[in-house]
Amino acid sequence: MNTFKKLVAAALLLVMPAVALASGAAVHLDQAPVNLEDQASLQRGAKLFTSRCLACHAAASMRYNRLNDIGLSDEQIKTDLGLPEDTKVGDTMQAAMDAGSAKLAYGVAPPDLSVIARSRSADWLYTYLRSFYVDANRPSGWNNTAFPNVGMPHVLADLQGEQHLVVEAHDGHETHKLELAAPGSMTTAEYDATAGDLVNYLVFMGEPAKLVRYKLGMIVLGFLAVLFVLVFALKKEIWRDIH
Amino acid sequence: MNLLTKLVGWIDDRFPLISTWKAHVSEYYAPKNFNFWYFFGSLALMVLVIQIVSGIFLTMNYKPDALFAFASVEYIMRDVQWGWLLRYIHSTGASMFFVVIYLHMFRGIMYGSYRKPRELVWIIGMIIYLALMGEAFMGYLLPWGQMSFWGAQVIVNLFASVPFVGPDLAVLIRGDYVVSDITLNRFFALHVIAIPLVLVLIIVAHLVALHEVGSNNPDGVEIKKHKDANGKPLDGIPFHPYYTVKDGLGAVGFLIIFCAIVFFAPDMGGYFLEYNNFVPANPMKTPEHIAPVWYFTPYYAILRAVPPMFGSQFPGVVAMGVATVIFFALPWLDRGPVKSIRYRGPIYKTFLAAFVVSFVGLGYLGLMPATPTYTIISRILAVVYFAFFILMPWYTKIDKCKPEPDRVTFK
Repeated sequence: MNTFKKLVAAALLLVMPAVALASGAAVHLDQAPVNLEDQASLQRGAKLFTSRCLACHAAASMRYNRLNDIGLSDEQIKTDLGLPEDTKVGDTMQAAMDAGSAKLAYGVAPPDLSVIARSRSADWLYTYLRSFYVDANRPSGWNNTAFPNVGMPHVLADLQGEQHLVVEAHDGHETHKLELAAPGSMTTAEYDATAGDLVNYLVFMGEPAKLVRYKLGMIVLGFLAVLFVLVFALKKEIWRDIH
Repeated sequence: MNLLTKLVGWIDDRFPLISTWKAHVSEYYAPKNFNFWYFFGSLALMVLVIQIVSGIFLTMNYKPDALFAFASVEYIMRDVQWGWLLRYIHSTGASMFFVVIYLHMFRGIMYGSYRKPRELVWIIGMIIYLALMGEAFMGYLLPWGQMSFWGAQVIVNLFASVPFVGPDLAVLIRGDYVVSDITLNRFFALHVIAIPLVLVLIIVAHLVALHEVGSNNPDGVEIKKHKDANGKPLDGIPFHPYYTVKDGLGAVGFLIIFCAIVFFAPDMGGYFLEYNNFVPANPMKTPEHIAPVWYFTPYYAILRAVPPMFGSQFPGVVAMGVATVIFFALPWLDRGPVKSIRYRGPIYKTFLAAFVVSFVGLGYLGLMPATPTYTIISRILAVVYFAFFILMPWYTKIDKCKPEPDRVTFK
């Protein structure tokens, strides 16, 4: 058996570096400050989401009263989040703009954002929200380094300000850098924190069960660990007479 | 005589209750030297039960309709009590089923469990494996995400490359010219009733065949050669209580890993639940990179490794098909004088090691985009994969084996 294990290990060591070498480089993503324990951040993110994103996007799988899970009462949802007149707290989050007009305005129907954090990843969203720049060649006047030629304009521009794309040529290759040309109402650090809150909320909304999943998981694993010890003792006892 | 004994007696007069229990459990003699690798048979049975039970509850809430399927999965994740747990148990169970089955098959190969007189056990097991692949493939369409849709599209299109009847065959499978609501409906029907029914029946056949010939063991020697005066194998112990309690320990150990995945990493970094599958299916938008779920990727890599010939993908499809069914021939390819790897010579061990590397390597490459470097590595590994089987009659015969012991070794 030992020779066999050594052979497998040696062969894997031979093949794997060749395989690893061939993988390509991807777009650099900044790490999103996700912390689902931080209710204040989640609530700030929820307010930003309902006031800004829901203008065009829907989150049709998400019910408003699921925000109870992040500490917002039904009363707070109604007043603080500016729930539309005909909407109840048990309803799902629908876009203010209908999909048809949104498609006419931006060229694409804005995607539903219920599980966007699961398909795109928190880091991608965090990078994307901070990568808009002014581009006169685009119909909306905006472009994005994380999502080139995106249809969506920069809806948080009043907070972040206007960024410009600076292209520098260094013998042979180009580097792209975003520079703040006109500041918004927030400093860069404040805007990054705000984008972080929004991403944090999107992660929660992508899977609200995450809040209970980890806690329940610890209990389940604790139970199984105790059970394992008991079954192990039982097995030892029963197998005592087998030689 | 108490009530329970009376009841059992009453049933036993009308149904072979006690004799069945004895034949398959309390007086089924299994070799006493089972090691770690022998957990995976009973674990596979447990995962089957987990999948059926969680599947029943998912079916109560899921809608097999192209318009509602994706949203109904999210409804299960959010609005159904414990729905998220059911869904993660089922999705983790699908991947873990293959983990367990691959290890179970590897055990069979390592210890020669397919050799005479267990050829039928092996063949029925292979049919179970093929049915399981069909079950997993059809189940993967149901969430109706981008990977569900395009994965199904790619696989069904493989059938379209069959000469002459291909395009009609693909339409017959889909029930439409593209993967559509009709395909979703029939895959749902096959996934929740047709294939599970077949699976349960052939698993019963697998166990009946096994209990007829008796289990193999890590030494690959027959325990039935040495029996005591009562006709009970000297190295055999009753399945119950010895292996019920030992497999119980294996089950709890397995559940610890299973629950760790369910509660802490249900998407397993995109391998158990692909990120792109959280985007609703869109027939108008082909994803840049379509990768099947990890348990199909060794075969997918073989498919891509074969270059198209005469403008047809069919040779690759044939290679992929042969790669899955070639296991059926193992009992007749192996000419070794011993069954177990413990007494095999260095040539067999080298070939088996190379086979493991090719299977794992192809599995990895099947997840990656087909770059020129990857394609070359895939081709080499595919040749290694097939060489393990095709050269087996030769290398098992010339190999220098050690003598088998007369009785099983047990420390």
